[in-house]
Amino acid sequence: MNRLLFVLTAALASSPAPAADWGQFRGPGGLGVSPETGLPVRWSATENVRWKVDLPGRGLSCPVVAGGRVYVTACTGFEQGRLHVLCFEAASGKKLWERQFWATGTTLCHAKTCMAAPTPAADGQRVYALFATNDLACLDRDGNLLWYRSLARDHPTLGNNVGMAASPILWQDLLILALENTGESFGLAVDKHTGKNRWKVERSRAISWASPAVIDHGGRPEVLFQGPQNVSAHDPATGRRLWTYTGKGLADIPTPVSGNGLVYLAAGGITALRPGTDAEPPRPVWQVGRLQPGFATPLLYRDRLYTVSSVGILSCAEASTGKLLWKERLEGPFSASPVVGDGKLYLVSEKGQTTVVRPGDKPHVLATNELGETFLATPAIAGGALYLRSDEHLYCIAEKKD
Amino acid sequence: LLVPAGLAADPGPLLQRIKAVGREGAGNVEAAAAWRELTKLGPDVLPDILTALDDADPIAANWLRNAVDAIADRALAARQPLPAAKLEAFVRDTRHAGPARRLAYEWLVRVDPAAPGRLLPGMLDDPGAELRRDAVAVVLKEAQRLRDQNDKPAAVAAFRKALTCARDRDQVEQVAKELKTLDVPVDVTAHFGFITRWLLAGPFDNSGVAGFHAPFPPERGVDPAAVYQGKNKAALRWSEHVTTAPYGLVDLNKALGKHMGVTAYAFAVVDSPAERPVQVRVGSNNAVKVFLNGKQVFAREEYHHGMRMDQHVGAGTLKAGRNEILIKICQNQQTEEWAQSWSFQARVSDAIGGAVPVKVATDKPAARPGEGDGKQ
Repeated sequence: MNRLLFVLTAALASSPAPAADWGQFRGPGGLGVSPETGLPVRWSATENVRWKVDLPGRGLSCPVVAGGRVYVTACTGFEQGRLHVLCFEAASGKKLWERQFWATGTTLCHAKTCMAAPTPAADGQRVYALFATNDLACLDRDGNLLWYRSLARDHPTLGNNVGMAASPILWQDLLILALENTGESFGLAVDKHTGKNRWKVERSRAISWASPAVIDHGGRPEVLFQGPQNVSAHDPATGRRLWTYTGKGLADIPTPVSGNGLVYLAAGGITALRPGTDAEPPRPVWQVGRLQPGFATPLLYRDRLYTVSSVGILSCAEASTGKLLWKERLEGPFSASPVVGDGKLYLVSEKGQTTVVRPGDKPHVLATNELGETFLATPAIAGGALYLRSDEHLYCIAEKKD
Repeated sequence: LLVPAGLAADPGPLLQRIKAVGREGAGNVEAAAAWRELTKLGPDVLPDILTALDDADPIAANWLRNAVDAIADRALAARQPLPAAKLEAFVRDTRHAGPARRLAYEWLVRVDPAAPGRLLPGMLDDPGAELRRDAVAVVLKEAQRLRDQNDKPAAVAAFRKALTCARDRDQVEQVAKELKTLDVPVDVTAHFGFITRWLLAGPFDNSGVAGFHAPFPPERGVDPAAVYQGKNKAALRWSEHVTTAPYGLVDLNKALGKHMGVTAYAFAVVDSPAERPVQVRVGSNNAVKVFLNGKQVFAREEYHHGMRMDQHVGAGTLKAGRNEILIKICQNQQTEEWAQSWSFQARVSDAIGGAVPVKVATDKPAARPGEGDGKQ
């Protein structure tokens, strides 16, 4: 009984948000998989839009949903000097509050990205918003400021002029950040209650936009940081380095995903890695160059791995072997990562076309839905709805209930 | 933490606790408690918080602006009035910090939509960047209206007025474009005050990007007649370079030759009629250091991740009279086509980007052997 209680407690503690929520980049556990059912197949600007709200500015950051609230970040102003955190009621789209911060770090970036690039994290009680300026704020669900950090002032060489974009993730009482760039480059865990550092680990001085990922390695949680020079695994409680992988072709945008005892890295296409242990280093199990993840993080779903390339090639492979099962050409380009819910893959193109695919031995395209705006953010799934964020609007897409 | 009875009406101690926040999260817990108490005090304390922004550092400033937003937002939701007259007085008082005045202005506009029409016409020369920007936008719109009515003289006058006051690049470029269509040329480079005449020395070594941290002789003082030992033991002298490129861009690949793994120095002397605080603003795709009168005021070691006018800002003080500006521009050894740029642009501005009236008075470099015929 005690052991069962421990397992249950540990499972709950490591869960970033209740299962129905979507509290961080790619949702529960960062897996991109939602347990929701009854999700919509078809929509348009006038069909199955439960609500739509204006946003004050651009953002590549994804909406997150926790405790019945949707949180979004945005940036505005000449040279993006204003950073916004917005909170909406999930059911109605009513704006509950908005807070702003003045950027304290550099706002120079590639034209495609912007200062609202990292996805916030939320746990039902608080939202943690990181910006590409390295401003980091924690607000409670009612918009009260609980703590704030200017990581750019803490670390003056932190940042890059292409634009930081890795998203923070929650693990137990820690907020874990990947701050990898050509200046001070590190993984950082801060106390989610106070914002103070709990641990900091050095990373290679090279730009990476990959978010940290917490994986379950045989019952042991490990947090992974991926950059172009290596992937390192750490004890998320202490930061202690557990193993390092230095294979060739490591990409610097997609985030590692894990399952079935393997870690799937964007590296020379996709590399499936058996994680290291105290006794053995990590070991590649398979590598498939034809699985091209582009900007998007791969999706592991029901023992199959899905990638979508920047131009729109959706590929499906057997997760255990890397055997390529099929490819489907979609209309790209793609920046957003694929997500799945209710047995359906949702793939949002930059042009605002969402292709809904029922995965299987062959792809079955159920619908292509146009919204006609620029979408770079990955969707959120919660409460029987999809939340899609464009450069200008936040949409709640759901089947209309009679 | 509770605020003791009798203290609730005085936001001073709460503001002090918030302003005590420091780096790496220091003071966050105390600030959060004070922030919560402060926001309970309601709209009456908005002027106090706005005033506290005047000397707040950027970390505390974000705490304080959030308190303003929370109080004002909640007051409006509860149909409570905001102290509009006090907000307007704060906006009009240019002794307060520009961002604080802008924050007050935005809440004032929420409760008094007529405020922009009343305030902006008087803000064309505002010391606050965002208020000035909105004031310029109003004039720009009026100029466009006059242009559309084919009233060219009035339109040109209005566009010139907008240009004189504009500080942000997008507005300046828009006005310049409009004036060009009216056959009025605009020297954008001069408008921003880019330095176009430099002494250049290089290449010094930057193999393995070690040169960025190496203080080569120019960092110990510039003598235009000096001869240095550069990369591969080459003898280096200062040479004059005048750029005619837009925005004062100096292409070092053309001026000093195409090199990789190298460092260059650019030197200029500016005369200032008076002592004043300034910013030395630099744009470059390369790693740069900026020195003003021998003191390093900026450094960033980043290569080929993007370039934007004014991306690097070093703050310092010009003396009355002669001032020396030294820029160090390092090129690494990346082989990609997009990593070959070795260039920079620099200017001296006030806090919101206005060109500071200085005279470039850089000495001529020493004549090289065989060139001492007085023709320079």
